[in-house]
Amino acid sequence: MDFSLTKEQELFLQMIREFAEKEVKPIAAEIDEEERFPMETVEKMAKLGLMGIPIPVEYGGAGANSQLYSIAVEELSRVCATTGIIVSAHTSLCAAPIYEFGTEEQKRKYLPKIASGQWLGAFGLTEPNAGTDAAGQQTTAVDMGDHWLLTGSKIFITNAAYANLYIIIAMTDRSLATKGISAFIVESTSPGFSVGKKEKKLGIRGSATCELIMENCIVPKENLLGQIGKGFGIAMKTLDGGRIGVASQALGIAQGAMDETVKYVKERKQFGRSIGQFQNTQFQLADMDTKIEAARWLVRLAAYKKDMKQPYSIDAARAKLFASETAMEMTVKAVQFHGGYGYTREYPVERMMRDAKITEIYEGTSEVQRMVISAGLLK
Amino acid sequence: MNIVVCIKQVPDTTEIRLNPETGTMIREGVPSIMNPDDKSGLEAALQLKYKYGAHITVITMGPAQADKVLREAYAMGVDRAILLTDRKFAGADTLATSNALAGALRMLDFDLIITGRQAIDGDTAQVGPQIAEHLDLPQVSYVEGLQYDGQKLFTIKKSTEEGYQIVEVEAPCLITILSSANSPRYMSVNGIVNAYKREVEIWRFENINIDEHKLGLKGSPTRVFKSFTKGAKIAGQLYEVEAVEAADIIIEKLKEKFIING
Amino acid sequence: MDKSQYKNIYVFVEQREGVIQNVALELLNKACELADKLNEEVYAVLLGYNIKDKAPLLIAHGAGTVLCVDSSELEQYNTEPYTQAITQILNDRKPSVVLIGATTIGRDLGPRLSARMRTGLTADCTGLDISRESALLMTRPAFGGNLMATIICKEHRPQISTVRPGVMLKGKEDPSRKGAVENVTINFDKSKFKVRILKTVKEEKNLIDITKARILVSGGRGVGSSEGFKMLDKFAKTIGAEVSSSRAMVDAGVITYDRQVGQTGKTVRPDVYFALGISGAIQHLAGMEESDYIIAINKDKYAPIFQVADLGIVGNVNQIIPLLIEKLKKGK
Repeated sequence: MDFSLTKEQELFLQMIREFAEKEVKPIAAEIDEEERFPMETVEKMAKLGLMGIPIPVEYGGAGANSQLYSIAVEELSRVCATTGIIVSAHTSLCAAPIYEFGTEEQKRKYLPKIASGQWLGAFGLTEPNAGTDAAGQQTTAVDMGDHWLLTGSKIFITNAAYANLYIIIAMTDRSLATKGISAFIVESTSPGFSVGKKEKKLGIRGSATCELIMENCIVPKENLLGQIGKGFGIAMKTLDGGRIGVASQALGIAQGAMDETVKYVKERKQFGRSIGQFQNTQFQLADMDTKIEAARWLVRLAAYKKDMKQPYSIDAARAKLFASETAMEMTVKAVQFHGGYGYTREYPVERMMRDAKITEIYEGTSEVQRMVISAGLLK
Repeated sequence: MNIVVCIKQVPDTTEIRLNPETGTMIREGVPSIMNPDDKSGLEAALQLKYKYGAHITVITMGPAQADKVLREAYAMGVDRAILLTDRKFAGADTLATSNALAGALRMLDFDLIITGRQAIDGDTAQVGPQIAEHLDLPQVSYVEGLQYDGQKLFTIKKSTEEGYQIVEVEAPCLITILSSANSPRYMSVNGIVNAYKREVEIWRFENINIDEHKLGLKGSPTRVFKSFTKGAKIAGQLYEVEAVEAADIIIEKLKEKFIING
Repeated sequence: MDKSQYKNIYVFVEQREGVIQNVALELLNKACELADKLNEEVYAVLLGYNIKDKAPLLIAHGAGTVLCVDSSELEQYNTEPYTQAITQILNDRKPSVVLIGATTIGRDLGPRLSARMRTGLTADCTGLDISRESALLMTRPAFGGNLMATIICKEHRPQISTVRPGVMLKGKEDPSRKGAVENVTINFDKSKFKVRILKTVKEEKNLIDITKARILVSGGRGVGSSEGFKMLDKFAKTIGAEVSSSRAMVDAGVITYDRQVGQTGKTVRPDVYFALGISGAIQHLAGMEESDYIIAINKDKYAPIFQVADLGIVGNVNQIIPLLIEKLKKGK
């Protein structure tokens, strides 16, 4: 068993850290404050191949794997959780399902645009009445002979307003329940497709989270992803992969909060010495560090198993559950350590605390992760 | 066009800290990086490559670990990488270093040789011009920017204390470039994936045709006689005095620190 | 190599547009001191065009002999003609020590010369002395200034060293000094002149990257207004520093963000940092406490800035700084 990073991973870490530090961190507070989608960062990431890390070179990707992808999302999120989720939603929820479930023709048509970052991708599953219970889909897709007609709306869609391509989950046969759900590849320019209102959020405020509206939206026949009636499985498997992304994001947020806290307690002086010299601080830091490291290895393990083509659904659920709850706990502690300063926007920890919360919610709430994990135990 | 870029792996001197009690340097945990000026030189070469087409070779002299900066260069987009390493090269000062590098460069085709102006661990700015001399090439140092006519002619902006100069020189030539000349690109993800799959050529003493007496410690006219640190920071002094006296105290200190002549 | 053949200390006299640069005069003064210890002579090597009239200045600053090469090829500095001229002089006359200013010119010339002469060169020396064995001891910083190293060039001659401007002290000009002027003719190999200078442009370099400044004059609330910062500007110019500030002054719109030092601004490590009217909030200290030498002026004796300052003055910035400027001007 080898737990050390490979040389490629070390080189990648060097690059992504420098990129995060120089290109992402300086605007993190600003895009949060202004609720601005950092398109310029997406363009920079596209140039380097960061928008298609695990996609093979023949499809326009960088030809790396889930482990590098996970490290990328972690390091980006360490300084800006918004940037982390842009990459994660794009890669795990759009590029990955096309690569894993698409026909050769679909892959050739869409992956080069997506994996190169020329196009941004998104994923539409959640509806006003179908959140955790994803089987309650209201969006319908009707076979019109030479095309599909999609009708319905999706909410809380990450990257929505800026995406060019969406994976949309819709009912093709309501009588079959989950077996009547199918997946589609939908271009943003499709007739009848539009983006609705943008959500005002607590955290990850730079990411564009919007409603998608399909009114008699025409989708070409060949854009059915996978087989008809297999959409629910595709969605669930896609979310398994997505959870590695969100877990990496949560891990990054936790680490970022830890970095800030360590820096602060060394500098901040009270009662004549730095607060890092108090044993209460030291013990808490030790506990925080231990939890983050535990989260890191759960995340790495899930990514490793995915790369090894082993079943990883439960590993991804564990990683996401633990990393997201760790992120929440660490950021609350980081704010506490920073005292009054931590509550102000002058320091980044309050932003990290707001950003952390979503990791316990999206791509399967912590409760869903517990369902997945316990189902594995009790089957 | 063939471009050779000489790069060096250096400790990140901005990360070096002094032990506050002993005043000695803490070397552990200091990351090794590609020297910033050299990285800027590599970027200049890559820009020429994508504009005019060029074959880029990077070469570094150093221990086996210097392999890493060559991998980094591969991940940035160079075509060939050479690690010049041999015990006989060890302990070299700038002249002996330039002898070894010039020996290796003679084995290569080049129209343009690029080096960084200086390395952050030594700050000497000597190796580039010394290589140029050994190879009998014209040199332009302190380069801030360069243009190429696509044939033979380089038009170069050279930084000076008062401003800049525009100079012209034909290939083959050597330039030493400033880190402010451009912003080096990041390694690409695919470049990183392939960096360790490519070959780094190991060149040893036998591969270059240079007299052993011109290399390493033997070939170095200069030696370190002794080295020392500036010492630990002593507790500051606080004065509560009249303004005139305060000004005098400050002036005394500035003289001590060579900020003003006294 | 028979080292005993090599004698005397040569100073390369840097001139730009016929103006002798201060660094040359500083080196002449140092050369006199070294020559005394060695019981040798100081030579000034003056290269240029229509430049002979500058020789007396060099003699007044300590040159025993001025070797003057007057040639149109040498009007502006260019690597190859200068290297050829000096190489010929050094080969003919065999000095033991050659001192060159560590300017963009000296740092271009020095290594080219050392490689052509096949001898050692030590760059950017901050200290020069003579050992008991009559060797030149050249002390210079390494590793970004974290380490000092003393270098010797034992078996090769001449021993060449470059020295940064302002490091050595200029001596007093003494017009009564006597010295000789020799004209030297150089046989140039013009086929090697390959770099053509198309134009030389002077521009006010606006060094706004405060992280690279050697000296920073940083102002805070105690300086107060734009008026106060004009005073800091003036002070900075007198000592070759850049102006920076605490966050308060950036927020107040007195100075731009690129000059802000601290947690939310830049981290700086200059040789000397002036904290003027800055109380030293933690976010400010985080950005500057690694500075080599910190001079703080503040009205409040208990201001936290004094905990990191090497030299602390309890007093009013707006009184002390104008006095300083006045005294510095007088001193020049």
